[in-house]
Amino acid sequence: MANDVFERIQTEIDQAPVMLYMKGTALFPQCGFSARVVQILTHMGVPFKTANVLEDAELRDGIKSFSQWPTIPQLYVKGEFVGGCDIVTEMFQSGELETLMADKGIEHKTEA
Amino acid sequence: MAMAANEIEALIKAAIPDARVTVEDLAGDGDHYAATVVSETFRGIPRVKQHQIVYAALRGRMGGELHALALQTSAPES
Repeated sequence: MANDVFERIQTEIDQAPVMLYMKGTALFPQCGFSARVVQILTHMGVPFKTANVLEDAELRDGIKSFSQWPTIPQLYVKGEFVGGCDIVTEMFQSGELETLMADKGIEHKTEA
Repeated sequence: MAMAANEIEALIKAAIPDARVTVEDLAGDGDHYAATVVSETFRGIPRVKQHQIVYAALRGRMGGELHALALQTSAPES
């Protein structure tokens, strides 16, 4: 069972260059931390795909063990775990997130 | 369900003895905290790993008993 959900996650993060596991959807986030990451990605003009862990208990537990990370949201870029809300926020503020997107060849708006 | 701030601090210090830990109860409800952890352990390792070390110190409570712990980790400035 765990293997099925791990495989699903692996396929998702391989296929979507920017993949966000969150509570709710990009349009209707259901948690403040998830909402903040959506806001940052949207602000940066980064195209991203989301998965709603509230609709899927197996995914909600699965992603936590997959990433060895206890909380949601979780951001993946090019199959690599970037972090949760605190790390994404800190990286956005320091400009590291933009550097990461540029390095990984992800489309984004550049700050003037 | 809630955890006391000194309990959080004690768990982190037990796992990372040299850590300088400050824990702030953000909402006064024993459920929303912000923690700053400064330790030599963190030098040169990625943030995700730094946070994972702290989560490991909290032994499964993060995401369960502890709903919200805003975390900032760093190595001491040299």
